[in-house]
Amino acid sequence: MAGSPEYAPVGAPKKRFRVSTVLIYVMLIVMAVVMIVPFAWMLSSSLKLNKDVFSFPMEWIPSNPQWSNYIKIWQQIPLLRFIWNTLFLSVVVTFLQVLTSSFAAYAFAKLRFKGRDFLFLAYVATIAVPWQSYMVPQFAMMRSMGLNNTHLAIICLQAFTAFGVFMMRQFFRSVPDELCEAARIDGLSEYGIWARIMVPLSKPAMVTLVIFTFVTTWNDFLGPMIYLTDKNLKTVQIGLRMFISQYSAEYGLIMAASVVALIPVLALFLALQRYFVQGIATSGIKG
Amino acid sequence: MPDPSKILKAGANRRKIKDHIVAYSFTAPNFIGFGVFTLIPLAFAFILAFYSWNGSPNQEMQFIAFDNFVKLMGDAKFWRALWNTVLYTLGTVPLTMAAALGLAILLNQKVRGRNFFRSVAFFPYVASLVAVAAVWNYLFSPTVGPINNLLHSITGLPFKPPAGGGMSLPRWAADPNPYVVMFTVVFFSVWKNMGYYMVIYLAGLQGISQDLYEAADIDGASKWQKFWKITLPQLSPTTFFVLMILVINSFKVYDIFINIFAGADNQLTDNSRVLVYQIYNTAFRDLKFGYSSAMAMVLFVIVLGITLIQFQGEKKFTA
Repeated sequence: MAGSPEYAPVGAPKKRFRVSTVLIYVMLIVMAVVMIVPFAWMLSSSLKLNKDVFSFPMEWIPSNPQWSNYIKIWQQIPLLRFIWNTLFLSVVVTFLQVLTSSFAAYAFAKLRFKGRDFLFLAYVATIAVPWQSYMVPQFAMMRSMGLNNTHLAIICLQAFTAFGVFMMRQFFRSVPDELCEAARIDGLSEYGIWARIMVPLSKPAMVTLVIFTFVTTWNDFLGPMIYLTDKNLKTVQIGLRMFISQYSAEYGLIMAASVVALIPVLALFLALQRYFVQGIATSGIKG
Repeated sequence: MPDPSKILKAGANRRKIKDHIVAYSFTAPNFIGFGVFTLIPLAFAFILAFYSWNGSPNQEMQFIAFDNFVKLMGDAKFWRALWNTVLYTLGTVPLTMAAALGLAILLNQKVRGRNFFRSVAFFPYVASLVAVAAVWNYLFSPTVGPINNLLHSITGLPFKPPAGGGMSLPRWAADPNPYVVMFTVVFFSVWKNMGYYMVIYLAGLQGISQDLYEAADIDGASKWQKFWKITLPQLSPTTFFVLMILVINSFKVYDIFINIFAGADNQLTDNSRVLVYQIYNTAFRDLKFGYSSAMAMVLFVIVLGITLIQFQGEKKFTA
């Protein structure tokens, strides 16, 4: 390999390139298989009878697909209720989060007022504080406010995060001050500047925040587990978990319910993939 | 006749007050929520750590100074939970980093189906944990699971330890050996989360100037040399960032353990209990809210310590 290029046979560099390319594809395909197999197994098992789920060697495409599993799950567990609850929470939390964070972030990025730096410090200082370190007193407080076993509790604890404000503020700071000044001279109020200049300009940051908040709320486990003990209020996550522990031998049904639980996130992910990747890249590195 | 400069000043003051009201109206909606649901509970957590309280609104909190922390010193379950959390961190962090970096390097090249592979690697990160953990538990089920059946048909090892002792297939999450148990959950965690860190690494790789590689090409550097002398050093701020986030997230772990190990009662055994589980259980099952908050302070201090290291490190890397 160490020969100088002049003496190397003409075909050699090309061939070496090919070997490494094959290696790259082999590694990528192995990775893809490891990532996909659990999902494929889930899908395959969701169409099987319980007794066939663990038959070995396994049958990837069931010869006798049990489509009825996908009918039974809606009857056996209030899956629709769980999905509706989760959707409701995710949408409300996301809406509040994006609205209030971008509102606050505008003041922190573009306005001067007393106590600005101090208030912002309060946000920055708590950004790394794990929620798990104050979830217990938070529960005691929420309960004394009568919020235990309400969706409002989840909304309150998810919708006002330091992360959202911090991220939006970082983005707003990259918008030139001259733009705001010009708008002020044209007679726009601060609210007008926020609505007509900052919001349209910060679409990428907002989409990122939307995706993150939505997925976080959709997949949250510990919050709903603490607050939502009433069956009718449960989210997909804890509802699914309750179902799994209740009917632990109903493999086919559990897998069918899991498939259904994955679909909304999969749809969102496929539709907004590009933003996911960009979003993590920007918020991750600059955040 | 009034002094014109006074009017001007009063006007300026009024405008200043108005500006302040406008500014506060922007911050208030978020800050009120943030203050009530984050700052106050956080302050409450600090106070609660020095009290004894069963969490009932009818019972008064009792100030017991450092008793909770003294008790913590001799609490075997707490130490076991902390040890397991550290073990999990030691396993997850390097493996996730290596997998994420490796994938990022592969997927930063011009390969066919690049976007497909990126999506495939990333999807488990957003997929519902409960659903994927259920599949994993079936796949890794000790006797009926396909993984052990496959291993059985390859190696011929028995599913259960033979009566006279000897080798048998691992029982994964249910194995008596705590390290096998930990390996199972670490493997799952790497599988689920590496896509997220891969994306951060991809962004880091794209930030490296191509000029450096061109210069290295002129000097006749090999691929390997370029990786060690350019890619890795240039990536060090990213690596540092990923390291910190990973360590912090590992210390906060709870849901993965519950979904991989716990049954309907949500209880974990000695081999699988983690710090946040201990905090949760001490409060909500044993009804010792004060004692639980003392444990929460340990988590707080650990994460704070890591964050401070990060700040120091960031200064070093960006300076």
